[in-house]
Amino acid sequence: MGLKTPLYDKHIDAGARIVDFGGWDMPVNYGSQKEEHHAVRRHAGMFDVSHMTIVDLSGERTQEFLRYLLANDVAKVDEPGKALYTCMLNEAGGVIDDLIVYYFDNANFRLVVNAATRDKDLAWIREHAARYDVRVNERADLAMLAVQGPVARTLAAPVIDELWRDQALAMKPFTALYAGEFFVARTGYTGEDGWEIVMPAESAEATWDRFRAAGIVPCGLGARDTLRLEAAMNLYGNDMDESVSPLESGLGWTVAWEPAERDFIGRAALEEQRASGGLRRFVGLLLEDKGVLRSGQTIVVEGMGEGEITSGGFSPTIERSIALASVPAGDYTSAQVAIRGKLLDVRIVATPFVRNGKIRIDIS
Amino acid sequence: MSEMPGDLEYTKEHEWLRREDDGSVTVGITDHAQAALGDLVYVELPEIDQELDAEGEMAVVESVKAASDVYAPIAGVVVAVNDELADDPERINTDPYGDGWIVRIKPSEALDSADLMSPDEYQAMLDELDD
Repeated sequence: MGLKTPLYDKHIDAGARIVDFGGWDMPVNYGSQKEEHHAVRRHAGMFDVSHMTIVDLSGERTQEFLRYLLANDVAKVDEPGKALYTCMLNEAGGVIDDLIVYYFDNANFRLVVNAATRDKDLAWIREHAARYDVRVNERADLAMLAVQGPVARTLAAPVIDELWRDQALAMKPFTALYAGEFFVARTGYTGEDGWEIVMPAESAEATWDRFRAAGIVPCGLGARDTLRLEAAMNLYGNDMDESVSPLESGLGWTVAWEPAERDFIGRAALEEQRASGGLRRFVGLLLEDKGVLRSGQTIVVEGMGEGEITSGGFSPTIERSIALASVPAGDYTSAQVAIRGKLLDVRIVATPFVRNGKIRIDIS
Repeated sequence: MSEMPGDLEYTKEHEWLRREDDGSVTVGITDHAQAALGDLVYVELPEIDQELDAEGEMAVVESVKAASDVYAPIAGVVVAVNDELADDPERINTDPYGDGWIVRIKPSEALDSADLMSPDEYQAMLDELDD
């Protein structure tokens, strides 16, 4: 038996099939995973993401600490509630975790990190926080629900007190605010509009019930994975880990090189990689034939070498198989994938595959 | 509770068999198996006339979650495959014992019922898995 979120009983009530995820008993699907996927693309779905680790940081030097700890620069966010996506690197430039950091003021930030990496993340953060006198407070007392889809915010808004409701609905993407007991962020992991809502654990069940009554569809980790794959959002442990740098896992855009004098953990290693060149590409793939791309499958690029699929699956929106892959450096637009001893054609496509309900790649 | 027709026989690999009047055997996967796999998105079928070893790979069913081998429950020759699954693999989800059949095999030797389970025996195995 694994750890259980405050919504475990609600998942069982909703008919969830439960799987282990990073030590947690989580719903993988309730009914049809494809229907859950489509609910998010076309209407509104909700995900229990209470297993994720919320860490509040405080202390006068918190901003200074995070500018050293994280590869993106928290100095870019200077309005209360602004969020930033970033990697946390080791000295070799490998990715310890990817996370979202929320700014409150220079002495107060919130991090949301992955569940499966909780222990090593906390150890790493604490190890470095000590020198900055930054307090590290894990918020195990909180639950988190993601409501995602074109009408998700509209359907979810009634749980927010009138006092803050209009302000919450007016929030820009990657922004958050406190609304009474709720911490509401316009973020997500699906490629759709929506909120991620943090709340006291004891409020989670009532909020879940209100969302269900409003017609928001319970969605499991299965749909979460196909949605984030279509949106070409990286999954830690699949698409990157400590053995690979953000520059070779499609996350170069999250590294803040400027200002040049800012030192952050991993910077020297990344600069060396950037200077030496020949970095592997991280690309989106579309399978030309029938079949399903899966992580671990080998990509063959004639004359260039081999690569590997890091995340793959069937796209319910496109109705074809898509993948993210690490492939050799070079200028080419097609390759082949080895599936059960056969080589099938794949096309390299610009990601995301799907965004805001629309297919963004040419599938002709 | 899984649906389970009484006129079929079952394997520990969650497949079902139906003995046809012409001596061939139709094979599919059980309701329990399709529910565990989730929405099917692709099925790789054997060729007609392909020879199958007992417990050898016969087909691959891929769901939104994972790829899963389907093993030949008996040795024999493939006499028919369900071509409809190429465009509509979800037939296995919606009708696993009917339109979702996968392969028809002409057995190369007599079926040994000792290797197969009755509906009650299969249900007992499922109950044990749930514990």
